[in-house]
Amino acid sequence: MHATHIPKARAYWSTAAIVPGIIAIGPMLPGTLAFGMAFGALCAQKNLSLVEVEVMMATVYGGLSQFVAVQSWPEVLTPGAIATLALLTLTVNIRFFLMSATLRPWFGTLPAWQAYPSMLLVTDGGWLAAMRYRDHGGADASFYLGGGIVLYFTWLFSAIPGFLLAEQLTDPRKYGVDLVMPAFYAAMLVPAWKGSRRAIPWVVSGIVALVVHWLVPGWWFIIAGALSGAVSAGLMDEPEPQRPADVPA
Amino acid sequence: MTEFLRSDVMIAFAVMTAVTVASRLGGYWLMGYVNVTPRVRRMLDALPGSIIVAAALPVAVNGGPVVVFAILAAMAVTIIRRNDFIAVITGMAVAAAARALGFGG
Repeated sequence: MHATHIPKARAYWSTAAIVPGIIAIGPMLPGTLAFGMAFGALCAQKNLSLVEVEVMMATVYGGLSQFVAVQSWPEVLTPGAIATLALLTLTVNIRFFLMSATLRPWFGTLPAWQAYPSMLLVTDGGWLAAMRYRDHGGADASFYLGGGIVLYFTWLFSAIPGFLLAEQLTDPRKYGVDLVMPAFYAAMLVPAWKGSRRAIPWVVSGIVALVVHWLVPGWWFIIAGALSGAVSAGLMDEPEPQRPADVPA
Repeated sequence: MTEFLRSDVMIAFAVMTAVTVASRLGGYWLMGYVNVTPRVRRMLDALPGSIIVAAALPVAVNGGPVVVFAILAAMAVTIIRRNDFIAVITGMAVAAAARALGFGG
């Protein structure tokens, strides 16, 4: 995720990368299904109807933000309560802002009518898989779109069995469902390791995120940590040019 | 529940969707006005790892020993076998097993 100085090809579309793109997000599918089922079970407990749940899955399409919002779902939806839900959603999902920013250098050469709808499919897993593909020199936008569409429909349908089986799924932690995203993140961090110097922003990000997490309620720690890490990278001197051995295949 | 689609719920979803769509499109839109100098490029390159650490580390620390141990197991598996699928399954299985054995967190 850090191969900076290799000139990368312009974005294009072909059918060749659709299947590799789907395979790349494959590890996310069981976890997404489990997470969506747990979410469906939670919604059933909060007296949302299945139709309402499906509308939310299709429109908001942000698993963690949906979970956080429904967990604090108010009894009565006053304008103030809706504003609180909106702020909660923003603090969880503002990381998508940073993710779509990192996709600009790749998708920026595509026409706006193709690039902007693609950004609607930004998710943690789809974005991570696409960034790794890009880092290894990939340029086919179908890689990102293919994986993104499969993730979208998996998420869309995942809540239905959870909603119907709500009684059996009251404690998703029993099955380790809360580990899906952290474990996937950890697995993505390992190949991104390119020496300790490149990891300095990660350390800055981690420290700031922990401090903000302790001091500020809510989910601001993600954006605070991520921005601090990026800014620290910007303040650092230009790294030495990469040796050929460091260039990924 | 008397209705399948209550209007106040739909309004809440619409507002949440608007906020999320603005997040997803906003970063891409903004970068169209930013000149990608080497400094900006370094910042963009550092973002993925920084987002990962910022999102996962406080959750891991807050999650207690079981979560930390499960994440370390997932990373160890990734170092040995570069396979995301096995890593995620390992993380879930370690946490589920530890909790079944009565460990908290």
